[in-house]
Amino acid sequence: MSALTVERATWASRIGFACALAAMAALVAVPFTGNAGLMRMIVELTALLVLAQMWNLLAGYAGLVSIGQQAYVGVGGYALIVLADDLGVNPFLAVPLAGLVAATLALPTALVVFRFRGGYFAVGTWAVAEVYRLLVANTDALGRGTGRTLKAVFPLARETRELGTYALAVAIGLAAIGAVYFYLRSRQGLGLMAIRDSEPASESLGVDVFRTKLAVYLIAAFGTGLTGALIYLNLLRISPDAAFSINWTAYTLFIVVIGGLGTLEGPLLGTLLFFAFREVLADYGAWYMILLGLLAVIAMLRFPQGLWGLVAARWGIHVFPVRRRVRRPG
Amino acid sequence: MAWLDTVLQGVLLGGLYALFATGLSLIFGVMRLVNLAHGDFSILAAFLAVVAVGTWSINPLLALVVVAPLMAALGYALQWLVLDRLLGRGMLPAVLVTFGFSVIIQNGLLELFSADSRRLNPGGIETASLALGGGLAVGWFSLLTFAVAVLLLAALHLLIGRSAIGRAFRATSDDDATAALMGIDTRRLHGLAMALSLAIVAVAGVFLGIRTTFTFSSGPDRLLFAFEAVIIGGLGSLWGTLVGGVILGVAQTVGAKLSPGWGVLTGHLVFLAVLLLRPSGLFAPSRRVDS
Repeated sequence: MSALTVERATWASRIGFACALAAMAALVAVPFTGNAGLMRMIVELTALLVLAQMWNLLAGYAGLVSIGQQAYVGVGGYALIVLADDLGVNPFLAVPLAGLVAATLALPTALVVFRFRGGYFAVGTWAVAEVYRLLVANTDALGRGTGRTLKAVFPLARETRELGTYALAVAIGLAAIGAVYFYLRSRQGLGLMAIRDSEPASESLGVDVFRTKLAVYLIAAFGTGLTGALIYLNLLRISPDAAFSINWTAYTLFIVVIGGLGTLEGPLLGTLLFFAFREVLADYGAWYMILLGLLAVIAMLRFPQGLWGLVAARWGIHVFPVRRRVRRPG
Repeated sequence: MAWLDTVLQGVLLGGLYALFATGLSLIFGVMRLVNLAHGDFSILAAFLAVVAVGTWSINPLLALVVVAPLMAALGYALQWLVLDRLLGRGMLPAVLVTFGFSVIIQNGLLELFSADSRRLNPGGIETASLALGGGLAVGWFSLLTFAVAVLLLAALHLLIGRSAIGRAFRATSDDDATAALMGIDTRRLHGLAMALSLAIVAVAGVFLGIRTTFTFSSGPDRLLFAFEAVIIGGLGSLWGTLVGGVILGVAQTVGAKLSPGWGVLTGHLVFLAVLLLRPSGLFAPSRRVDS
C-alpha cells in the first residue's frame, strides 16, 4: 500500500518562478535606462493588471459580477488628493491609505449591493458607482465637476516623483499578484473556489458563503482603491467623469474575459494583449474597444475559459498552481 | 403652483422611464436575462431614426414604423445567435456579453456619428403645451409620451395575460424545461421576447430623442433609470413598473428644482432608500411576468 500525496507545485510553476525572477530583475533595471515614457507605461500597465486581478477575484472566483468597480478607482484617486493635499500626508504613503478609505466605504456599500442577486448585482453596483460620481461632482471641496490637481508632489523633483511612483507601482503589482496567489492557496481561498464551483454544496460543507463573499468584496475594494490612488499619482489631474468612468470596469472586464476568467494567469496575459491592441490600433480611434468587445463576446461563446484556459487545457500548464492535486506514487 | 408643476412634469417623465423599464423587465421575467445594453439599444434606435429622418425627410414618429421592426429583428437575431447559447450557463456569461454589446454599440455610434449631440425634430409638437388653468401647463409631447407608455403597458398586460403567446411566456418564465416538454419552442419564444423588448425600447429611444438631446454615450443612464423603475415598482409587476417610473421621474424633477446638479442623484438616492426599506419593491411581487 502506498500513501497518496498532495501535489501543489507543477513543472510550469517552477519555470514560471524563474521567469518571474527574470521579470523582476528587468523591472529593477528599467529606471537605470532613464526612459521616463517606459516607466509611465509600466505604471499604467501595472495599474490595469491589479484592477484586473481584483475584478477577477470578484467575478471569476466569488461570482460577484460587479460593473461598479470604477467607484473605488474614483474613491481611491480622490482619497489620495484629500489625504496628501488637505491633510498633509506624504503622497506615497497616502496611496495605501486611499485603499483603506475605499475598503471602509465598501462595507456600507456592500450592505446595499448585496441585496441584489445575480445579474441585478451588476446593474446595482453600476448605479451605486454613479451615486459616488454624482456626490463627488456636487461637492465643492472636491472641485465639483472640474476636479482637482495633486499639488503635494510639486515640491519634489520630477525624477524623484517618477522614480517613487514607478517603485510603488512595481511593489503594488507584485504584492497584488502574491496576495491573490497566497489567498487562493489558503483555507479561505479553498472555500472561495468551492463557492465558485457550487454555492449550495460549499455551504453544506460549512463554508460561510456570505462572509467569504463580503471578504472578497472588501479586498477587491482595497486593491481597486489603492490602484485608483496610484493611477492619479501618475496622472496628477483628477475629474469625476474620468475617475468614475465605466471604462475602468470595461477595460478590466475585457482583460479578464479574454485572458481567462477565474485563473491567475489570465489577467496577466489579458493585460499584455490589451496593451498590444491599444498600441497597434492607436490611430483608429475607438476601434480597439469595438474589437475587444467583439473578442470578449466570442470568448464567452467559444472559449469561456479565455485564452489562458485554451493554453492550460491544451498543454496542461499552470504557472500559479492554486489547486491541490492528489497523486499516487508511481 | 411651481411645485405642483414640477411634480406634474416628473409624473409625465415617469411614463417615459416606465417605457424603458418594461422591455428590461420583460426579458428578465421570461428568461432571467439582464440586458446591460438595454439603454444603448434605445440610443441605437434613436440614431437609426436620425438616419431615417435624414434619408426620407419624414417625421421621427413616423420613422418608428421602420425603426421598431428593425430593432425587433436585431433582438431576435441576437437572441437566436448569441444570447440563447449562454442561458443555462448561469447569469455570468449573459451579463458579460450584454456588457460587451453595450461597449460595441457605444463605440460604434461614436465612430459612425461622432461625439456630437443630436435631437429628433417632430415639427412643433415638442414645444406646444396645454394650459390647465392656474398657471399650470403641460407639454403636448409629454402627455403623448405618457399616453403611449400607458397604452403600451396595457397592451403588453393583455398580451401576457390573455393571449396564447402570453401563456407561453408565463409558462417559460415559471419553468423553462417543463414548458419545452409541453411543446413550447422556448428558443423561438426567447427570440420573440427579446424582439418585443427591443421594439418597445426603440419607441422609448425615439421619444427620448425628441424630448432631449442625446449622444453615443447616453445609453447607460437609460439602463440605470429603467432598472431603478423596475426595482422601485417591484419585480414582475407591470403596473408597479409604471409607478416606479413615476416615482423616479418625480424624484428627479423635484431634486433638480432644489439644486440643478441634484436631479439624477436624487433619483438614485430615492431608489436606494426604497431598496433598503422595501427590498422587494413597493408592489409586492407575485412570481409571474404579469401583475
